[in-house]
Amino acid sequence: MVRAMRSPRSSPRPADPMSAGGWFGRRGRARAMDSVPDGLALKCEACDEIIFAKALERTLQVCPKCGYHRRLGAQDRLEATVDEDSFVEMDRELQPSDPLQFPDYADKIRLAREKTGLDEALVTGRASIEGMQVMIAVSDFGFMGGSMGSVYGEKITRTFERAADERLPAVVFSASGGARMQEGLIALMQMAKTSAAVQRLARARVPYISVLTNPTTGGVFASYASLADVTLAEPGAVVGFAGRRVGRQDLGGHLPANFQTSEFQLEHGMVDRIVPRRDMRGALAYLLRFFSDKTDDGS
Amino acid sequence: MAANGLEFEKPILELEALLDELRKPEKREEARAQGIDLDAEVARLEAELRRVIEQVFANLTPWEQTLLSRHKHRPYSLDYIRLVFDDFMELAGDRRAANDEAVIGGPAFLDGEPVMVIGQQKGRDLRERQRRNFGSAHAEGFRKSLRLAQMASRFRRPLISFIDTAAASADLRAEEYGVSEAIARNMAEFSALETPVVVVIIGEGGSGGAIGQAVGDRALMLEHSVYSVIPPEGAAAILWRDAAKAPDAASALKLTAEDARRLGIVDGVLPEPLGGAHRDHHAAAATVKRAIHKALKELSRLPVDELLSRRYARFRRFGAWTEGPGHGAGTGESPTR
Repeated sequence: MVRAMRSPRSSPRPADPMSAGGWFGRRGRARAMDSVPDGLALKCEACDEIIFAKALERTLQVCPKCGYHRRLGAQDRLEATVDEDSFVEMDRELQPSDPLQFPDYADKIRLAREKTGLDEALVTGRASIEGMQVMIAVSDFGFMGGSMGSVYGEKITRTFERAADERLPAVVFSASGGARMQEGLIALMQMAKTSAAVQRLARARVPYISVLTNPTTGGVFASYASLADVTLAEPGAVVGFAGRRVGRQDLGGHLPANFQTSEFQLEHGMVDRIVPRRDMRGALAYLLRFFSDKTDDGS
Repeated sequence: MAANGLEFEKPILELEALLDELRKPEKREEARAQGIDLDAEVARLEAELRRVIEQVFANLTPWEQTLLSRHKHRPYSLDYIRLVFDDFMELAGDRRAANDEAVIGGPAFLDGEPVMVIGQQKGRDLRERQRRNFGSAHAEGFRKSLRLAQMASRFRRPLISFIDTAAASADLRAEEYGVSEAIARNMAEFSALETPVVVVIIGEGGSGGAIGQAVGDRALMLEHSVYSVIPPEGAAAILWRDAAKAPDAASALKLTAEDARRLGIVDGVLPEPLGGAHRDHHAAAATVKRAIHKALKELSRLPVDELLSRRYARFRRFGAWTEGPGHGAGTGESPTR
């Protein structure tokens, strides 16, 4: 218990971004994450304090002054979560197409690729966490708001199916505005497809841990992300059904201050536990240990 | 009927009003007194009316289809239920928190055969609309439909789901009671119902609110209904920061019944009476009834295992992508599993 919940602070994660080179190598420079500031110092979006980029690297992009959890891109998230060099990406060859010939979609994809160095809004693969094998999927809000289109839906469905086939726990970090409008009904169907895949995973008695990060809303919160055995959330993340502004318009000023946050969802029973970023790896390891078969206890 | 028509229905409604006038006994008297052959004129106008309706409806834009799908005289779930089934007993409540009247459901008989029916119900007048939250379900509504769906599964009664909602509710109560989880749970659980599930989209198939009750073995769409990931107004606001551009967004979203059929997302488009289902509820219901019969006949032959694996495969194949360099340029359908 104590060991499982140990904060990674006592064993700092490898901060060397180059160690991740192999994961994202094809597009070369993949460091253009939202979370990696260009300058030496920047202003915290939450408390307006000036903070040093170096300090943010040490804290996994959590403001040392106010604890605000800045967004992590998929690469940084994987680095912060899985064992060094353990991640093997899968299904990267799946590329978005433009099935509806939707206005400006092709350009948006191109820009998102340039900005993030990713091919899509979801990165999937296998990895280990404190020595325990998992199937992992991580969405990246920087790529078209982390929206779920065909590729995202297919990749996450394959993640669940492989988890079921190989009897490996599924760990999914979401950061998504929901279904991708530019793929219309096909995007809506990804909600059903991924939810049906979770159903099969549950029937196979393979554990699934969902981590809600800032923000998790719309068709992602209303599908696979809400169907896990255990649902964790980062502090202060926007988590809700409709966009925040929609709800506010509908209800005037009567909304609680924490409306559509992790804390609100915890209060209403939709989230099991709020876990600060520095404790996430430990919390996942704890749960994986709980779920893992006694016979192949890695430690 | 003449009141509250849509803009593009105007020529139709004007002709109809004229015909209604001419058919009145006093007008007939008046015409006879003046030696006018009113019957010939009425016949001519009736032919003209038909021609006008055909013309208007042959060239509907996706936005006009959207407006038709929301037509306030369109038959709603309870209208179809009344006209399609011999009998229906409404059951209430989710056994958790409340009875959400945006969703209705209960046991019914289809030509003597017991089936479970669920539907999303808008209201006819302002009072009923408010009571039913304009057909926008909260978590409690999805949980009610799940309760009834699982009852159907337990007793092997086919499930018929009527879809007609602009969207699921997104207000404070919806968040507090977990509307997202309820939608997600429904999709997951509906994928495992051990009974045939036939989905009929009768009006608006609005995003998560629709798919939360639309996972099934067959999906059928009325000709002038729509099915979309986001309402065109919302898409226009996001794309062009201008909700007035909704007609353009409606075209881009490919939300008509014919689009959905072409994309393979619905299995069939059910033709509506000329001028739309709202002009003849009985005829529309007769079409729906035939389609439900046909679907159930096909599905009831399948063993449960086969039914469930086909249902999974039905959703599993949705998606369109290409495979990157070194992997050839495959598209569209997912590989078989």
